[in-house]
Amino acid sequence: MIKLLQKYILLFIILVLLQVWVLNNIQVSGYINPYLYVLFVLLLPFQMPNWLLLFLSFILGLVIDMFCDTPGMHASATVFMGFLRPIVLQVISSRDTYETGTSPSIHLFGFNWFIKYSLILVFSHHLFLFIVEAYNFSAFYLILWRTLVSTFFTILLIVLSQYIIFRK
Amino acid sequence: MRSLLNFFYTYHFIILFLLMEFFSFFLLIQYNDYQKASFLNSSNQISGIVYKKFSSISQYLSLKDKNLQLMNIITDSRNTSLTSFKQYKVPLINVYDTIYQQQYQFLNATVINNSVNKSNNFLTLNIGRKQGIDKGMAVVSPEGIVGVVKDVSANYASVISLLNQNLKISAMFKKSGYFGSINWNGANYQYITFSELPSHVSVAIGDTVITSGYSAMFPKGELVGIVSEVDKSETGEFIEVKVQLAVDFKKLQHVMVIKNFLLQEQIQLETESSHD
Repeated sequence: MIKLLQKYILLFIILVLLQVWVLNNIQVSGYINPYLYVLFVLLLPFQMPNWLLLFLSFILGLVIDMFCDTPGMHASATVFMGFLRPIVLQVISSRDTYETGTSPSIHLFGFNWFIKYSLILVFSHHLFLFIVEAYNFSAFYLILWRTLVSTFFTILLIVLSQYIIFRK
Repeated sequence: MRSLLNFFYTYHFIILFLLMEFFSFFLLIQYNDYQKASFLNSSNQISGIVYKKFSSISQYLSLKDKNLQLMNIITDSRNTSLTSFKQYKVPLINVYDTIYQQQYQFLNATVINNSVNKSNNFLTLNIGRKQGIDKGMAVVSPEGIVGVVKDVSANYASVISLLNQNLKISAMFKKSGYFGSINWNGANYQYITFSELPSHVSVAIGDTVITSGYSAMFPKGELVGIVSEVDKSETGEFIEVKVQLAVDFKKLQHVMVIKNFLLQEQIQLETESSHD
């Protein structure tokens, strides 16, 4: 239990620093920005109570906001994602129940399941984020385009991290 | 009472979700009204320190460019300084000058955080209230204008970048003198929109756009950029001009904050006369 706690605290800090120091400075063609920090919400254990899931998402978003000068923006998007997570898990469950003590990973549930799971959540997070950021719908196609491309890059990083860092 | 508690228990997930979303949007909306100073921004101490660490590393990567720029500026200033001119007159006494009074002071600063890819971008500088920075001061780089100081803490300052849709600055054509306002449209970080120009103004591609000095923040004549595209609006009453920025925001590192000693006086006079 303590080990699990340590692991997630470490993951939280690393993801925030990686986002702030590295990823926010990598801007492919001017406006594409991968938001890898959502990986934290994706990887939380299945057994986690829903209120804690929401609360952690909220804290994660607020911390990112603090660094990006956008109070509330990332927080609202990440909370939205935390809200969707249990629903998505229910809809796409590959088995009847998820085993206690496990968390979503590519090795346990296979490539297809994991892509489906992260694609839905990351896409909803990015779409929400970019709509809130733009504050209006006048440039909807620009928002959609940014969402699609950024989602692609985030998913790419998430899958890579699954194979490189979170190996069994 | 019991059924109320039951209700909360059954729907606690959705209620919690809605509460957090409301709180987030509350923060977001209050923040947009940027007169109310916000408490979560990158001029606060923790994120300031983190960004400073990163900036001290990344600055090494562009040392070569910066040295070249510095050398250019040094040669420029040496060429125009008194020491490179022969003096024929020996100055005898210092005269307290009553004709010239210093209006603008330039303070050197380093950008420790920057972004160009959001709809509303901000910069963080490594100097703050202790170094004499205050809200509303203009920020320029040697190439052109950069933004306006939004918040200051003791040692850091947060700046609204020119690449922020909430920032409007009065600007004019250097050649013809017609003025309008510049505002970013959120798409490309190299271009800015110059609007509110009457349709009879003749604009050519390549014209220089400078600050007008009407807003009391920027001195007159700071470079904004050059015209790259002219667009007539559908109604034909106004024209919109696309201006290529002189500053490359992607490699911005050293900037100057402009302190206007006469700002208070001008604002006071202007508010007085607008009340009448």
